[in-house]
Amino acid sequence: MDLLLEGFQQALTPTNLLFACLGVILGTAVGVLPGIGPAMALALLLPVTYSVGPDSAIIMFAGVYYGGMYGGSTTSILLNTPGESSSVVTALEGNKMAKRGRAAQALATAAIGSFIAGTIGTVLLWVLTPRVSDLVVKLGAPSYFALMLLSFIAVTTVLGSSRLRGFIALFLGLAIGLVGTQTGQARLTFGDAKLADGIDVVVVAVAIFAVGEALWVAAHLRRKPLEIIPVGQPWMGKQDWKRSWKPWLRGTAYGFPFGALPAGGAEMPTFLSYVTEKRLTNHPEEFGKGAIEGVAGPEAANNASAAGTMLPLLTLGLPTTATAAIMLSALTSYGIQPGPLLMENESDLVWALLASLLIANTLLLVINLPLAPLWAKLLRIPRPQLYAGILFFACLGAYTVNFQAFDLALLLLFGVLGFAMRRFGIPVLPLIVGVILGPKMEGQLTEALAISGGDVSTLWSEPVAVVVYSVIGLLLTAVAVNGLRRPAPAAPVTTEEKELVER
Amino acid sequence: MSTHVHTREPGEPRLVDKAQYGMAAFLVVAGGYVLLDALGLDDGFADQPVQPYAVPYIVGAVLVLLGVLLGVATARGDLPESDEGEDIDLTQGTDVVTVAMLAAVLVANLALINFLGWAITGALLFVGATRALGSRTLLRDVGVGVALSVGSWYAFYVGLGVPIPAGILDGVL
Repeated sequence: MDLLLEGFQQALTPTNLLFACLGVILGTAVGVLPGIGPAMALALLLPVTYSVGPDSAIIMFAGVYYGGMYGGSTTSILLNTPGESSSVVTALEGNKMAKRGRAAQALATAAIGSFIAGTIGTVLLWVLTPRVSDLVVKLGAPSYFALMLLSFIAVTTVLGSSRLRGFIALFLGLAIGLVGTQTGQARLTFGDAKLADGIDVVVVAVAIFAVGEALWVAAHLRRKPLEIIPVGQPWMGKQDWKRSWKPWLRGTAYGFPFGALPAGGAEMPTFLSYVTEKRLTNHPEEFGKGAIEGVAGPEAANNASAAGTMLPLLTLGLPTTATAAIMLSALTSYGIQPGPLLMENESDLVWALLASLLIANTLLLVINLPLAPLWAKLLRIPRPQLYAGILFFACLGAYTVNFQAFDLALLLLFGVLGFAMRRFGIPVLPLIVGVILGPKMEGQLTEALAISGGDVSTLWSEPVAVVVYSVIGLLLTAVAVNGLRRPAPAAPVTTEEKELVER
Repeated sequence: MSTHVHTREPGEPRLVDKAQYGMAAFLVVAGGYVLLDALGLDDGFADQPVQPYAVPYIVGAVLVLLGVLLGVATARGDLPESDEGEDIDLTQGTDVVTVAMLAAVLVANLALINFLGWAITGALLFVGATRALGSRTLLRDVGVGVALSVGSWYAFYVGLGVPIPAGILDGVL
C-alpha cells in the first residue's frame, strides 16, 4: 500500500502529470485517426519518449495505450469499418446506434464503460502484480523456456484463422531475431558491422505496423469518402445508464482474465461479451439495430483485457498483444527488463506505472468526453496527408534510433515485408513476438543447460514447466482435432464463431 | 474477423492466388539463407551448451518447410484473407503505381538524408508521399511538410535535447 502511495506521489508530480495528459491526448488523437490502432500509435510515438526519464516515459505510454484504445472505439462507432480486430464487435452495434442518431450515447457508454473496466482492471493489477511477481521470481530458466514456448504456440494457434500463416509469421520473426552477434559469432549480419547489435525492434515494429500499413492502404485506397456520422457532446439518459452498468461489469469480468492469458487478446472476450449481452438483454429486438448493451459490454471487455495484458507483461515479460509487444520493446530500450526481477529492481517504476494507469484512465474520461466532437473532426482528415504523415513519423522514428540512413533502408525493407504480410493474410503479432522473445528464449535455454551441465532433462525438471508443456500439448491436440474435423480451408472463422455460440 | 468466405461451386474453376507462390518462394529462399549462414558458424565456447548454429538450423529448416507447405496450400486453392481496414477497398485491384511511387519517395529520403539532413528530406518525403497518394494541394502540402520537418527538428533539439544531424543546413538551423 505504501508503495502504491509512493507510486501516486511519483506519478502526480507536475511534470509527470503533464506527460500523462500529453500521452492521453496524443494517444487518443492518433487512435482516432483511421488506419492507426493503439499498437501503431505507440510505435509512432516511441521516439517522443527517448530522452525523457523512464518514469515520465512509462507514464506517457500508459496514457497513449489507454488513449489509443479509446480513440479506436470512437472510430469504429462513427465510421463503419473498424481498423482493429478488437473493435469489430463495438462497430457492430455502435455504428448502428450512431446511424439512428444515438452516436452521443454510444460514445458515452463506450467511454464510461472503458473507464470503469479500466479502473477495475487497474485495481486488480495492484492486487495481483506483486503476488504473481513473488510466485514467478522462484521460477528458473526451464520454466521460462516453457512459458515462452507456450506464448509462441498460443499466439500462432489461438489467434487468426490460418495456423500455417501464424507459424510463417512467427518463424520470420525468429529469423529476424537471430541477426546479430549475441552468441559471440556474427549470425545473419551479411558481414555488415551495423547489424552486429541486431536489428532494433523499434525499427521492425514501426516498419511492419506503420510503413507496411501505409503501403497496403496506398495500394487499395478507398476513393470514395466514407460516411461519417456527426456527433455532439456524449451523454446518456437514465435508461441508458440502467441498461449499461451490468454489461460494463460483465464485460470487465470477461476481459481481464483473457487479457492476462498468453495470446488471450481482446477479440475473444469482446465477442463473448457481445454474445452474452445478446442473450441476457431485455431488448432483443434492438440487437443488430443498435443496442446499447452491445457497445457497453464489448468496450468494457476491450479495456479490461488491455489492463489484463499488463499482468504477464510486467511479471513475466511476456507480451500477449501487439500493443504490449511494443510496450515491451519500449521498456527494453530504457534498459528495463520486464520480467520476474522487475518488481525487485524497479519497484518504484512499476508502482508509478500502476498508479499512472488509473490517472490516465481518469484523464481520459475528463478530457475526452468534452473533446469528442473535436476528435470526430479528425476523421475527416484528407487521406493523402494522413498516410504521408504516418510515413513521415515512421521515418523520423526509425532515423532517431541511431541517426543512420541504414535504419531507413531496413525500415523500407521490413515495410515491404509488412505489405506482403497484409497481402497474404499473414498475421503481424506472431512476427513481433518472435523478434522480441526469440533471442530471450535462446538465452533461457542456454542458461538452463549451462546450469545443468548440458543435461536436457533439466527442461522438464520444474513443476511449472511440466504444467506448461501439458497445456501446450492440449492446445496442439485441440488444433489437430479441429483441423481433422474440418478439412476444407475455407470458412474457418464462421465455424469457430458458431462453436463459441453453442458453448 | 473477416466476412469473406470463399466457397467454390462444383464445376467452377479452382481459384489459385499465383502471387502467393512468390511468398512461398521467398520463405524457402529466406530459410535457405538462414541455413547457409548457420553452416558457416563455428562451434561455440566451452561454456555455451547451445551451439550458435543450433537455433538457426531449426529456424531455417522450418522456414523452408513452411514455404513448401504454403506452396502446396496455394496449389490446392488456399486463398489468403487480405487485411481490411477503414480506408481499404479490397474490391479493386492493387494499385502498383502508387506503391512504387511511395517506395521511390522513401528511397530518395534515405539516399539524401545524410547530405541534406532531416529538416529538408522530411519535407520532401511528406510532399512526395502526398503527391503519390493523389493530393492536389501542392502549396499547402509544401507548407505542412516544411512545418513538420523543421518543427520536428526543433522539437527534438529544444524539447528533447536530441540533436538530429542537420546535414547541409548545419549552422543554419
